[in-house]
Amino acid sequence: MLSFIGRSVVQKTVTLFFVSVVSFMIIHLAPGEPSQVDPLNPKFTPEMVERFQKAFHLDRPLYVQYVYFYRDLFAGRSVSWRDNQSVLAKIWERFLNSLPLFIVGTLITWTLSFPIGIRAAIFRGGLYDRSTTFFSYLLISIPGFFFAYLLIIVVVNRFHVPVIGMETFGLGQAPWPTLFMDRIWHLLLPSVLGATGGIAVLSRYVRGQMLEVEGQDYVRTARAKGLPPEQVHYKHALRNALLPFVTMFGLILPGLIGGSVIIESIFSWPGMGRMAFEAILARDYPVILTVNFVSAVLVLTGTFISDLLYLVVDPRIRL
Amino acid sequence: MNVEPRPVAGDLQTEPPGVEKETRGQQFWQLFGQNHLAMLGLVIFIIFFCTALTGLFLTSGSDPVFDPALVRLQEKLRPPLAKPNFQTLKPHEVPTLGVYLFGTDDLGRDVFARMLQGAWVSLTVGFVAVGISVLIGIFMGGIAGYFGENPIRIDHILVGCLLLSGAAMAATGLILVGVALPVLGLAYIFFPFLTKKTSAKRLMPTRLPLLRKRAISVDTLIMRLVDIMLCFPSFFLILTVVALLPASIYNIMIVIGLTSWMGATRFVRAEFLSLREQDFVTAARALGVSNLRIIFRHMMPNAVAPVLVSATIGIATAILTEAGLSFLGFGVPPPHATWGNILSDGKGFIFDAPWLTFVPGFAILIVVLSFNLFGEGLRDALNPKLRDGS
Repeated sequence: MLSFIGRSVVQKTVTLFFVSVVSFMIIHLAPGEPSQVDPLNPKFTPEMVERFQKAFHLDRPLYVQYVYFYRDLFAGRSVSWRDNQSVLAKIWERFLNSLPLFIVGTLITWTLSFPIGIRAAIFRGGLYDRSTTFFSYLLISIPGFFFAYLLIIVVVNRFHVPVIGMETFGLGQAPWPTLFMDRIWHLLLPSVLGATGGIAVLSRYVRGQMLEVEGQDYVRTARAKGLPPEQVHYKHALRNALLPFVTMFGLILPGLIGGSVIIESIFSWPGMGRMAFEAILARDYPVILTVNFVSAVLVLTGTFISDLLYLVVDPRIRL
Repeated sequence: MNVEPRPVAGDLQTEPPGVEKETRGQQFWQLFGQNHLAMLGLVIFIIFFCTALTGLFLTSGSDPVFDPALVRLQEKLRPPLAKPNFQTLKPHEVPTLGVYLFGTDDLGRDVFARMLQGAWVSLTVGFVAVGISVLIGIFMGGIAGYFGENPIRIDHILVGCLLLSGAAMAATGLILVGVALPVLGLAYIFFPFLTKKTSAKRLMPTRLPLLRKRAISVDTLIMRLVDIMLCFPSFFLILTVVALLPASIYNIMIVIGLTSWMGATRFVRAEFLSLREQDFVTAARALGVSNLRIIFRHMMPNAVAPVLVSATIGIATAILTEAGLSFLGFGVPPPHATWGNILSDGKGFIFDAPWLTFVPGFAILIVVLSFNLFGEGLRDALNPKLRDGS
């Protein structure tokens, strides 16, 4: 156990190092200079460019820049090139905005997909199964931005509530139930959109797991014993089918910082995705690299946690 | 889609009799035909393919049949099936069909013509991007699965570092060092070849033993590379690269292809690891068949099924990614129409001109859905467990 933990920590640190190198290379070897973002701006004189380059070490060779950048990042001192604010503070602020979307979206995904998937597996081949299959393909295939506009048209035309942004502008002195409902309405559409793909994939996965377990011998035995079907499905089959999903708790971790760029730009939601998008447009390298680094850390931590959970949950796995 | 290796004269692999071969294919089609959704997907895919191909011919050239770029400012935002106003239009501005089948956009351009033009973009992006990713995936997965146990020695790594850093330095401007380092690396590679001919083979052991120490296996190296690539949030990575590179459709295809080969690599590696132990491979090796021939003639046809399935679904994903990029404004440069940027242009008019959202949206939905259904049907039909009728 300890050796497994030690080995994976070392392995993941090495991976993280290479990720940092690769992302640094990708960004810096791409054509174009960050100091030339706005060449038409008359205030951008050659002296300004030079001062800019000096301030952010852009005149040094790449590997020196690399060391400087990650030194600053780990010391928490790296600043955005655009507005000189601390990158970590910026990310934290946007992260708090994205967090409600993530939480509601994840809750919707996990509470809906399990009943759907289990029911589809129990009534395999029936009308319910076939229609959920088709609908999950539909949800996987629908482009997020198109679905967003469909929902906006429906909600705005039927319920006459504003949905763009985090809250309705200028609602200041309204009573709190109005404010609360306003926040809920604004939260609902983006989180439903964020959950659609997840519901489709996860419910298919639940169905597959459930079907696999239902084919096992012990389930047949339980059925042959004359146990009531509910007990067979929910006590014998479901418990064993749940095993792989425990590990998926680790894998939803990267979603914390992901935040969909497209959905957040449609709904003008000032979250992580939007910030990353704006940073890309402005060639704000510290922000791009930090977002990338943090998300790589989360991916690696997520896989690590899921490995550990597997170890804890499944006694058959010995390392 | 041909899963079985084709018989070739002189190949000692026993050729199955023609009858049996046919039944295998027939079995596949029978299974596939039972899946109505998958058949529907295949039919839609064929229709889409033909549409995109004819669309390319009808909308390109100096005098296209449907002109997607023709601006008619007096005819803007006409609803679908609207008759053009013949008094105000010059003869060449009248749409070819006599009606605006899908309406017009805010510049009075015919949405039907633009959709036709965009179909080809979606198709090529999907196929080329997935082609690139499958090629890389088969190559990497094949090496990892077949040559995986071979160790990489420290001198290999050093040479690799020399070559890489030389290339990087040449790219950043230090030409002299940039040329010198790869030359040094290449010299190290070719030195044994030169000396082998002239002098005795004694040179090899005299080198530093440290350099010949085994570091990691090929398999570990490639799988760690896959892990590294999987750490990047894929859409964000694609967006970054596409935004930094000059806008062009080829960049998008290449970038999508280069960031999505990990799945194919894993599939091919897994298949190769199990196939490598099987008797027909051992037999082929015992006969002295070359490695390349074993890989491409004997193993690849048996390993291609899961790759094919993931490629079909990958096309759907690539089309969605391209549409998303176009929607954000990083797709194909403006005068050229794609489904994503028709939708993106129409988003300002969703309440006044909803067809600008619905037409491209449903087109993307239907095409992507057909690929997904087809891919899933393929997976079921190629699955040996299901083939035996369980």
